[in-house]
Amino acid sequence: MAGRLKVAAQVVALALVAGLFALLVWKVATQEEGAAPKLGRGETPAAPAFHLDRLDRPGKLSLAAYRGRPVVLNFWASWCVPCKQEAPLLESVWRRYRDRGLVVLGVDINDLRGDARRFARQNKMSYPLVYDGPGKTTTQYGLTGVPETFFVARSGKLVCDRVEAGVHLEGNKERFEDCVEEVLGA
Amino acid sequence: MRFVLALAVALVLVPAAAACPNAADLEGELICPTCKTTLDQSDAPAARRIKSLIRQRVAECASEQQIKDELVAQFGPAVLAAPPKKGFHWIVWLLPPMGILAAATVISVLVWRWSRARGDEAVADSNGRPPLDPELERRLDRELARFDG
Repeated sequence: MAGRLKVAAQVVALALVAGLFALLVWKVATQEEGAAPKLGRGETPAAPAFHLDRLDRPGKLSLAAYRGRPVVLNFWASWCVPCKQEAPLLESVWRRYRDRGLVVLGVDINDLRGDARRFARQNKMSYPLVYDGPGKTTTQYGLTGVPETFFVARSGKLVCDRVEAGVHLEGNKERFEDCVEEVLGA
Repeated sequence: MRFVLALAVALVLVPAAAACPNAADLEGELICPTCKTTLDQSDAPAARRIKSLIRQRVAECASEQQIKDELVAQFGPAVLAAPPKKGFHWIVWLLPPMGILAAATVISVLVWRWSRARGDEAVADSNGRPPLDPELERRLDRELARFDG
């Protein structure tokens, strides 16, 4: 009886260890890789979808709503100093190219909604803005910080490499403008 | 008269002051959304902004739960250092005591069996040697009887 109990306990312990190991393997194998590393490898992955609250008006907005139009996707936060500095350039690009179908879409992450609204007002951001307080899109896109800017082609795929840090910065501005041209033509 | 008035004011103010939460305690119970450490250990811009909001809400004497609820509404449940006691999150609260209970049960059983084995050994081995097999004992008796005879 005791021997059988011992064997049963060993089987249970082994099953427990095997189960935990399988869970670990599953978690590692199914871990979602953000879009940024794929872009870095020269791939053109589909832009991860999102459906978020609008910041500039009531309601929600999906990235899918802009399928068929080129999108400059800018991740920002009100507590981020370079986000404030790059806002005028994003606004000017939006105004210059919107007649050609370009959309500048701002995604506010890890932020307080009230602060973000105030920031948008103060910086005269007239392009569409959505709010992602929990920052779910940061994992989907593989962000390493803010600001970061991605380019979504009409097909819904990410093109051109992302611009890390402010798009207004020396070295980033030219690349940003090249990518805007590329996404308009893609 | 002045004393009575002061006492009345104190009676009104003291419970109100006691109801106000402590900002430092809250900062240890909430996570910075960008650096994933508790707010009291973070100096990230997002953490600084949330800490400032907490101080403002504490000054307004909002309750601890109110402040937490407001932050969860903006940053999601991941802003709480301790997971909420509901739904799937219960597993986090239940697993550690269950593990401790299981370990205590296993240790108790092992100790009980070990002490019982030691007791049996002590009874059977009063002269310090292992007990003889009954068959061997009978054979030994026969041999000794033949030798004596």
